[in-house]
Amino acid sequence: MKILVPVKRVIDYNVKVRVKADQSGVDLANVKMALNPFCEIAVEEAVRLKEAGSATEIVVVSIGTTAVQEQLRTALALGADRALHIETDQNLDSLQVAKLLAKVVADEQPGLVILGKQAIDSDNNQTGQMLAALTGMGQGTFASKVQLADGKVQVTREIDGGLQTVELPLPAVVSTDLRLNEPRYASLPNIMKAKKKPLDVKAADSFGVSLSSNVTVLKVVPPATRQGGIKVESVAELVDKLKHEAKVI
Amino acid sequence: MAILIIAEHNNQSLKSETLKVVEAATTIGGDITVLVAGFNSAAAATEAAAIAGVTKVLHADNAAYEHQLAENIAALVTELGKGYSHILAAATTTGKNFLPRVAAMLDVAQISDVIAIESADTFVRPIYAGNAIATVKSADAIKVLTVRPAAFREAQTGNNAPVETLTAVHDAGISRFVTQELTKSERPELTAARVVISGGRGMQNGENFALLNGIADKLGAAIGASRAAVDAGFVPNDMQVGQTGKIVAPELYIAVGISGAIQHLAGMKDSKVIVAINKDAEAPIFQIADYGLVADLFTVLPELEQQL
Repeated sequence: MKILVPVKRVIDYNVKVRVKADQSGVDLANVKMALNPFCEIAVEEAVRLKEAGSATEIVVVSIGTTAVQEQLRTALALGADRALHIETDQNLDSLQVAKLLAKVVADEQPGLVILGKQAIDSDNNQTGQMLAALTGMGQGTFASKVQLADGKVQVTREIDGGLQTVELPLPAVVSTDLRLNEPRYASLPNIMKAKKKPLDVKAADSFGVSLSSNVTVLKVVPPATRQGGIKVESVAELVDKLKHEAKVI
Repeated sequence: MAILIIAEHNNQSLKSETLKVVEAATTIGGDITVLVAGFNSAAAATEAAAIAGVTKVLHADNAAYEHQLAENIAALVTELGKGYSHILAAATTTGKNFLPRVAAMLDVAQISDVIAIESADTFVRPIYAGNAIATVKSADAIKVLTVRPAAFREAQTGNNAPVETLTAVHDAGISRFVTQELTKSERPELTAARVVISGGRGMQNGENFALLNGIADKLGAAIGASRAAVDAGFVPNDMQVGQTGKIVAPELYIAVGISGAIQHLAGMKDSKVIVAINKDAEAPIFQIADYGLVADLFTVLPELEQQL
């Protein structure tokens, strides 16, 4: 069985985000970029399924400028077998991304698609669900456990208040939550090997998908800052302030 | 303008998030229809009809909708949604699950996690874990939005809107519900609690979270945790407060042994009063706390429980 893992290049999660002075967006010039953490978990899960003998091939795909090849190489170093770079310099919304991925699904015919539940830049949490809709597949979102058996996948999902397990026929779309696994680090030999793994490039406009979005960003501003308050010296003073000053207890 | 809201409920009763989404919808203006899709869920539909500002309730009651499976709910909402200008759901794990599926089937974008509505087509949402706030405008014929409950008040109740029963059943026949384990707790839910007390990495282990119990009991508080505490395996992920967990805005938020990583602040900085207890005086949490206590939590917590 083939597993398709769509991944995204995003700002490194340790980098302090700075909004541009002209309010047009976030400043990404000379900023460290990385594989989106949830995508890393998706790659790891695919690799584990392959190691367990449930999958035979892992294909990673990413959409963007030539720079995304860096993250595709990272995924290859983590254990993916080959990569597809869909090249565009346009900023795409989740729907356009899902439409491109639906075309990749049609070409590649994977048994399972695993992807991160959200990217830490746009925080949309949409692409997996949209891809499932466009391909008619079932969806197991926010997965904390994935079990394959008899042409089906059981996905344990992190929901408000607990866990829910659903069963989906394959092919299916699974989106990863934080606790699904702890991604490994790529070893130096694997990083070297990844450089020789196949990486195809296709132009985004060759898929016959409209890449224009009806959503425009009017402005991006920093969040309102909250003023710090006072330090109290003791528990008694804290309780007194909460009772008589803030009046919340 | 005609707005369709998909209610959040557990078949027996409506969740407070739904009242917040109705409140958000009233700022758009227009007729508000609330869809209650569930199984043996008449009580929830009745509650929805009582929300002020609701024009009509649509009630779809079938086993196919019992567990809010995305494939079935999305099929129903897509069918109904074609007649509306806006489709709204709460940005909960339920809403986030089915609504993008609806948007894709309607061939429109979804605007996620809306925290303010500027007009019928212009919305404000946090990006980059709340480190930037974007204002976006949608030219789509149908605007599909998830609304962050913590950003809106609850709508009033006292209405008696008509309830219309839907008979058509949309069972996509794709997914099957297997099991559900909800954390049993006498405490209020994190996103609905008036007081939240959260522990971080400073709690050192899962057992020490018991130190928060007595305080939570006395304050009627929900207990949360930072992502660091979840990642360290102290507590389950459904307790996580932060950009990748729950977004809360209680009257009182008490952060214990939490340094104040930006990803945690994104989940609680809209709380009315913030208390921070941390032995590190330089912890960033103190920069946003109304009341900070620099002390060892293991001496402070028993003392606090006693004095409440």
